[in-house]
Amino acid sequence: MDDLLSEFLTETAENLSVLDVELVRLEQNPNNPELLSNIFRLVHTIKGTCGFLGLPRLERVAHASENVLGKFRDGTLTITPGAVSVILRSLDTIKGILAVLEATEAEPPGDDGVLIALLHDVEGGKEVSATGVAAAPPPPAAKPPAPKPQAAAPPPAKAVAPPPPEPEPEPEPEPEPEPEPVRAPPPVSARAPAPAPASVPAAKAKPAPKREVAVHEPEPPPPGDGGDVRDAANKESAVAAQTIRVNVDLLENLMTMVSELVLTRNQLLQILRNQKDSEFAAPLQRLNHVTSELQEGVMKTRMQPIGNAWAKLPRLVRDLAHELSKKIDLQMLGADTELDRQVLELIKDPLTHMVRNSADHGLEIGADRLRAGKTETGRITLNAYHEGGHIIIEISDDGRGLDIEKIKQKAVQNGLATEAELTTMSDQQIQQFIMKPGFSTAARVTSVSGRGVGMDVVKTNIEKIGGTIEMKSTKGKGSTFIIKIPLTLAIVSALIVECAGERFAIPQISVVELVRAASDSEHTIERLKGTPVLRLRNRLLPLVSLQSLLRLEREEGANDDETFIVVTQVGTYTFGIMVDRVFDTEEIVVKPVAPILRHIEMFSGNTILGDGSVIMILDPNGIASASGEITISEGGRGEAAAVQTARQDDRMALLLFMAGGGAPKAVPLSLVARLEDVDMATIELSNGQPVVQYRGKLMPLVPIDPAFERHGEGRQPVLVFADGDRSMGLIVDEILDIVEEKLVVQLAGDRPGYMGSAIIAGKATDVLDAGHYLTRAYKDWFGSGSSEGFEEERSHRVLLVDDSPFFRNLLTPLLSVAGYSVTTVESANEALNLCEAGETFDVIVSDIEMPGMSGLEFAQAVKNGSRWQDTPLVALSSHASARDLDRGRQAGFDDYVAKFDRDALLYTLAQTLSEHRGAA
Amino acid sequence: MSSAKLPAKRGKTEETIVSGSQDFVTMTIADQMFGIPVLQVQDVLGHQRITRIPLAPPEVAGSLNLRGRIVTAIDVRLRLGLSPRPKEKPQMSIVVDLRGELYSLIVDSVGEVLSLSSEDFERNPATLDLRWREVSTGIYRLNNQLMVVLDVSRLLNFANMEAA
Repeated sequence: MDDLLSEFLTETAENLSVLDVELVRLEQNPNNPELLSNIFRLVHTIKGTCGFLGLPRLERVAHASENVLGKFRDGTLTITPGAVSVILRSLDTIKGILAVLEATEAEPPGDDGVLIALLHDVEGGKEVSATGVAAAPPPPAAKPPAPKPQAAAPPPAKAVAPPPPEPEPEPEPEPEPEPEPVRAPPPVSARAPAPAPASVPAAKAKPAPKREVAVHEPEPPPPGDGGDVRDAANKESAVAAQTIRVNVDLLENLMTMVSELVLTRNQLLQILRNQKDSEFAAPLQRLNHVTSELQEGVMKTRMQPIGNAWAKLPRLVRDLAHELSKKIDLQMLGADTELDRQVLELIKDPLTHMVRNSADHGLEIGADRLRAGKTETGRITLNAYHEGGHIIIEISDDGRGLDIEKIKQKAVQNGLATEAELTTMSDQQIQQFIMKPGFSTAARVTSVSGRGVGMDVVKTNIEKIGGTIEMKSTKGKGSTFIIKIPLTLAIVSALIVECAGERFAIPQISVVELVRAASDSEHTIERLKGTPVLRLRNRLLPLVSLQSLLRLEREEGANDDETFIVVTQVGTYTFGIMVDRVFDTEEIVVKPVAPILRHIEMFSGNTILGDGSVIMILDPNGIASASGEITISEGGRGEAAAVQTARQDDRMALLLFMAGGGAPKAVPLSLVARLEDVDMATIELSNGQPVVQYRGKLMPLVPIDPAFERHGEGRQPVLVFADGDRSMGLIVDEILDIVEEKLVVQLAGDRPGYMGSAIIAGKATDVLDAGHYLTRAYKDWFGSGSSEGFEEERSHRVLLVDDSPFFRNLLTPLLSVAGYSVTTVESANEALNLCEAGETFDVIVSDIEMPGMSGLEFAQAVKNGSRWQDTPLVALSSHASARDLDRGRQAGFDDYVAKFDRDALLYTLAQTLSEHRGAA
Repeated sequence: MSSAKLPAKRGKTEETIVSGSQDFVTMTIADQMFGIPVLQVQDVLGHQRITRIPLAPPEVAGSLNLRGRIVTAIDVRLRLGLSPRPKEKPQMSIVVDLRGELYSLIVDSVGEVLSLSSEDFERNPATLDLRWREVSTGIYRLNNQLMVVLDVSRLLNFANMEAA
């Protein structure tokens, strides 16, 4: 049912029951002005609401009653029992209509002319006796055409003295009378007198339902139909009876108590667990269930439809549209999605702000829209839905989208980034600036937006309640903001872990999986210069030691053999938290930590466990940022951090190692399949090349240090590069570290095997050209890089367009090894020159972000009637989100590959080529 | 002493100097007597199980559960720049309320409640240790010893201390 309607029903039912009482009191003290004005006010309210909701029938009755009451109040009419009865009757009529309204959500058709005429009579000062009133035909009788009841109106008025003789007085106007021949056949005219005798002796207030019954009897439809309505009426209002108004504080209080109850329950269960065969077991189980249900129930009382937060938006948008001379259509989907009241309160303002933003900045004025080929009316859509314990709210508009250039200007102007930094950023990264503190929209403040709530405040508020906000925007097509927030804040499920003898809670929501790592299990923790990592499904998972992170002291005699890894996900960053033990999950009530501890970012709160002990709740966001990853929650950490965050997409994990003396060396971690420790004694020489037996195969080893000599013993770290079932090992001296850095090759070197130098971890580092070593191993060992797998693609010509020498150098050998003939150019323009020069290629691989002509523009140019328009295009980018993919497709790319995904690139190339051949 | 009636105990510290006679809960730390206005004291506890809080300032001993409320325990010895309490030495705690938060002050022992007249009150001697001067409102001269009045809000103001 419509919220508004059900609210109206509830409220009106409340008012009516008050009115019933008040009117009776009024009859007893006719001179109580306070009582009178109260009654008048109540009726007036009903009338007003009816008019507002478009319920004409109700409104007319209420209006007529109000007129009478108005005269009472003004003293121009004396209060007589007869008049009061008429009023009471009109109230009954209203109740009857409300009952139908509640059942069918529509006013029953019909006319209340009789009643209204009666009310007018009263108003006009005519004396109406109680009995006469009672005898009047009840309004819903007027179901069939309107005039008839009116015709019937006079008789009741006169009917005071002589009751119509024909029908027997029926004390029980049950449906049974139906079969009576007298009443059933004669239509309306006969109806009016019929019930009259029945109600004559009845008390004033009472006749109402009875009459109602009588009314429905003679109705043409079967009695069942009338019965329903009657039932509804008799039950008063079902809706009204089902709701009561409760103070919010009371609910909050209840919630707190339930939280405490949950804690106590947990405590009891904990005790029970330690005592087998306790006689408390059964009752405690019962208590457990009851508590859970109670908790759920109380949580529900706090749930409110999100529509409540939206209620003001249509008006806001209307006013905005007016003010801005735009035509705006606001669509609200999923308004009945429920979420915790507390959360609702917290998102109200951010939501309002964002809708306001969309209307003001997002949507263009009508003329501009028409010019852009859109409908004149702009659309803002709000959509809310549940998704896995979260509420997702989308706010989208079909306006102009974010203006990258404007944001760039602003960012530079406000000192958030330099021009140089901006050129290296993707559009998406630049868009993120609008969420940064200090990105003031001051220059375009209107009376509408810019009221002091910036997007950064919106973001902070949403993050405060554990939510995230994401943004998508396409220029000219509009923007979408996606907010993800937890259902409730009060009680969360958490995993209890132990580290160095201390217990901690990790919110279950960020836990992906648990891995046990021990010397005897299939997972072992490996260390790279002390940095622990774990191989998990062919990926290296960075690990964080909770012990060292929290600077806990190692326990005496602690068992080091076994470690549990809580695989945790924060945003897109997945990492493992190393703990000593894992207990079970518990429902915990998050309590804020004392103010003097708020600065510790590792904790999001504390709680009391089942056993009564206090436990700290770990904040995965804090751990992620403390462990070096700064993807998330940079709020308030200043400009430097903000810029860094914006660029983090460009960063890549680099493996640092020492080899052959000199500066440390680096290689992208994504290229390294595994890290091995090879026992020197197992290295054999085959065909003059050192090899090692590895996983049942011979793996060629290539030393980086040309002066490398095989020592008789000891172990040597080896970086394993794998491709299909081939692998080669690069012998290094020492593995140093894994760092996340933005790789900028600054000094391009001529030394074979090196791409150049870069500053990594604050040190000049030689960046290894992995391709060089790959070819060395493959060419020498497998013979010029051919293999069964790639035989077919052998002669395919690939054009590689990438502005970064690093990638050109990285990919060229890679593709050559895979059997492609590679031509590289460093800009789209150069590529187009080649096109004009008459070169042909089987496939073009292009970077997206390039200075000058971007990859997207390049693709458009190629696909737009150039000689190469049939050549498949593969995009290569560090940003491979679904949206990028879409954008790429729109521009004309056939496929999209992430920059560091070597396997995917080779696979895609093979796939694209074969598809293309198939199509051609 | 229920935890329900918490507020209305702030801002009284300044009055200690002016009012005629005041009641203090006395305590001993490293043989020195200290006092806290009795109205600020919620509870006196014996030894409690305390959860350590990693990364917290050293003065924060941890947190404990006091009838369902989480209380932050402060080691007053460390706060006053005294040597840590020997392991075997018993300890007691005084629970105080500061702006709606409960703190448990760990001391060596808690003594009786004394009603002291302002005539015996004296400001901190200028030569008093800076750390002590920071957290004390003044000194009471008792018959055979001196009692240092602790200002709870200053005692719990860590940021200030770090700056000093």
